[in-house]
Amino acid sequence: MTRFSEINVGDELPVLTKHPTTRQLVQYAGASGDFYEIHYDRPFAEAAGLPGVILHGLLKAGWLGELVQSWGGPNAFVRHIEASYRGIDQPGRPYHLKGKIVSKQPNTEPSSGGIVELEIWGEDEEQHRTTLGSARVELEA
Amino acid sequence: MASLEEAVAEGQRHVGMAGPANSRVIEAGAIRRFVEALGDPNPLYVDPEYARQTRYGGIIAPPTFLCTIPAPLDMPDLGFGRINLNGGSSYDWYRPARPGDVITAQATLAEVRGVQGGSGAMLIMVRSVRYTDQDGRLVAEGRGTGIRR
Repeated sequence: MTRFSEINVGDELPVLTKHPTTRQLVQYAGASGDFYEIHYDRPFAEAAGLPGVILHGLLKAGWLGELVQSWGGPNAFVRHIEASYRGIDQPGRPYHLKGKIVSKQPNTEPSSGGIVELEIWGEDEEQHRTTLGSARVELEA
Repeated sequence: MASLEEAVAEGQRHVGMAGPANSRVIEAGAIRRFVEALGDPNPLYVDPEYARQTRYGGIIAPPTFLCTIPAPLDMPDLGFGRINLNGGSSYDWYRPARPGDVITAQATLAEVRGVQGGSGAMLIMVRSVRYTDQDGRLVAEGRGTGIRR
């Protein structure tokens, strides 16, 4: 777990690396209810002008949630996540989720912790940031 | 096919339109399948004993789990583009969702605009979704940016 008192602006979060497969996209489609065919039907995706099936945007947002909650620990409350999808990502290629502390603001009662603002993003193996985002998390003291 | 200007003009007539409220019981099994699909091993979402010792006192749903609750919005066919892409997602959470909660999702068309991007003309449609619980408390607000091109 991460304590508010132990972190500093500029600190980076431990990197979360994912190895998405088409199988995982099918699994995510079933678990989320998003059955748009561009995520698992290659001829459909190609006919729509894509190079092949692509990752769900919300799968990448879910990984950003995992990045933030696993860093903050079980006593952190994730208040806000924003993700902008700037590029398509395909299965078979590793995807890295990263984050950095932008600011920290103690609660009025500092013994109860504080609020941390993060810059978060997802990048492919060529370091292209295809997902840009931010997060706000409540951390314990 | 409609021009971008025509599609935007038609779409903007529908801004403010709300979809029907849709309620779902949050099920522990659905949370489990969702985190398995993410590949997220955090026991906070699946292990009651572990979760009991946290600030939450029990299992909670992971942040983006609310996206699994359909928030239908009967969008008119604007006759533009051939593919939908997800441009972005944003959530503000006010309280965690837990197994047994009855969450109601309701979507509103928040914004329609057109942009000329590097890959051509794009129709942008933003929908906002409010999530409330069985006691009427606001659980979260979401915003999704759809791109049609």
